[in-house]
Amino acid sequence: MSPGADTRTEKLVAAPRDGAAAGDALRGRGLALVREAPLSAKAGLAFIVLYGLVALTAPLIAPFGESQIVAAQFEPWGYPYLLGTDNLGRDMLTRLIYGARNTIGIAAATTAIAFLVGGTAGLLAAAVGGFLDQAMSRVVDVLMAIPQLVFALLLLAIFGTSIPVLIAVIALLDCTRVFRIARSVAMNVAAMDFVEVARLRGEGLLWILRREILPAVAPTLLAEFGLRFCFVFLFISSLSFLGLGLQPPTADWGSMVRDNATLITYGDLTPLLPAAAIAILTVAINFVVDHILHVAGSRHAR
Amino acid sequence: MVRELIRRPARPMGPLAGLVARRLALGLLTLFVVSVIIFLGVSLLPGDVATELLGQSATPATVAALRHSLGLDQPLVARYGLWLGGILQGDFGTSLANGRPIGHLVAARFGNTIFLASVAALISVPLSVGLGLLAALYRGSLLDRTINALTLVSISFPEFFLAYILIVILSMQAGLLPSLATLNEGMGLAEQLHRIALPALTLTLVVIAHMMRMTRASILGVLASPFIEMARLKGASPARVIVRHALPNAWSPIINVIVLNLAYLVVGVVVVEVVFVYPGLGQLMVDSVQKRDIPVVQACSLLFAATFVGLNLTADLLSMLANPRLRHAR
Repeated sequence: MSPGADTRTEKLVAAPRDGAAAGDALRGRGLALVREAPLSAKAGLAFIVLYGLVALTAPLIAPFGESQIVAAQFEPWGYPYLLGTDNLGRDMLTRLIYGARNTIGIAAATTAIAFLVGGTAGLLAAAVGGFLDQAMSRVVDVLMAIPQLVFALLLLAIFGTSIPVLIAVIALLDCTRVFRIARSVAMNVAAMDFVEVARLRGEGLLWILRREILPAVAPTLLAEFGLRFCFVFLFISSLSFLGLGLQPPTADWGSMVRDNATLITYGDLTPLLPAAAIAILTVAINFVVDHILHVAGSRHAR
Repeated sequence: MVRELIRRPARPMGPLAGLVARRLALGLLTLFVVSVIIFLGVSLLPGDVATELLGQSATPATVAALRHSLGLDQPLVARYGLWLGGILQGDFGTSLANGRPIGHLVAARFGNTIFLASVAALISVPLSVGLGLLAALYRGSLLDRTINALTLVSISFPEFFLAYILIVILSMQAGLLPSLATLNEGMGLAEQLHRIALPALTLTLVVIAHMMRMTRASILGVLASPFIEMARLKGASPARVIVRHALPNAWSPIINVIVLNLAYLVVGVVVVEVVFVYPGLGQLMVDSVQKRDIPVVQACSLLFAATFVGLNLTADLLSMLANPRLRHAR
């Protein structure tokens, strides 16, 4: 949600580079890449894997049911409710674990849709150019002129707050950003000789997109995927915190903070655990993204 | 494109005036399109305001009568004209939830939001430009690394997390500041400032890192150019090099970032307002979305969007004016 979130990958976009080399660097040697990574990136990766495992195995490792009321409200930490209970008497730890599944799952689905739509459109705009590029760019300009949170609130007021609407609205708003990045990275690549050669060779549009441009822009887009995921994840959490995201009884980190915030007034920090969970995941992703950008940048410099 | 405009032989208007006029026109066009989107979005609703107001049990005749009195039976373009005309005269229509005129509802709230955002801006802008300058001067120092860490925090922490951490430290533990930012009639300015200290501080933390980083980056970018080398070789002191030679050329990007962050402040207050129960426009909008009070949501979106577009426009205009190369066109 930070104002700076949109501009992180732009330093890579600014300089035209031999993206294909960076693409090979990232693709061919995944394991070596992890081994050479600095401690921050390794720790980040470990946390991402941990979160992923928790999200995938939530029903197996959670001690209770997702919306099962197990005890009185606001029980303190102890056994069997390791982190106490929430405002309705549901187990906090269970809610945290299921929250990982719900929040991360929806954020990942949203980011994936945004990349599929925005990325395809951006690559297409760069490869085809002309009227198509102009038309799509102007539409994106207008959509981006409305502040994202306000636009989302307007659309949620109109269409209601169900999960499909939530995913569609955020994906729509986010694909404008993906479009911009994908287009400007692909523009640099599309002007290069090897793309021109492919064109002269008579390759079709699909081939040029898939075999020439995509491999070259993949590292930047991968890094951007991480950043956009963080953004979407924070965005959904904020909406849930406002009571407009995932609706009860679905467990979700943003609404868990909101529902239990009264505890903070009594000096109990349990409601901040979900917020901390959000923060740790986004910091972890940022560490990994920094490393990817660093590698992609330095391969070029060599 | 900018280059072309500059090199063109001077017209009566001058190149800068032409650029400014173009940017102004573009801003107005954007505002117009935004208002159309906000208006049209609502007509996508299944049913309309009249059925929404009267509920399922209303007879067709009463619905028709209400539709007529609300002007809903007129064509879309005419309705848009009426809506926009009303807003330009300060008439936002009436709230569905309580039937009160939206203009009154919104005016005080918008004032509060601007007040909070201004206070946050007054703290964060001088602080971040100053610290950004220092970070550029002492590159790689502790301050520099602290700024990097702070940026990471402000990118990755949800705003409500920052807000609650501040509440716990400054309000619960130290007991210095109130954790609720409710304003009452007849409160003095000092009392008001005390009340909004925590939300303003939260907002400051959210925007400050980005502004510092951009200040630092644009100063460092200018420092790499030949005329700085020249100034150094002349024997100018480091402070003089920064303030007299580098800063004038770095203003343009810095101003851009400052105004963009101001725009972000006005919009980003939504979450912070809800945490601190501050009676601002953001809180009103969130409440209205929950109640699906569409006219109020429309009014709030339009105000937020207009402020946002306006500030973006200001950012572009100011950075054009601050750019020495554009100001002294040959």
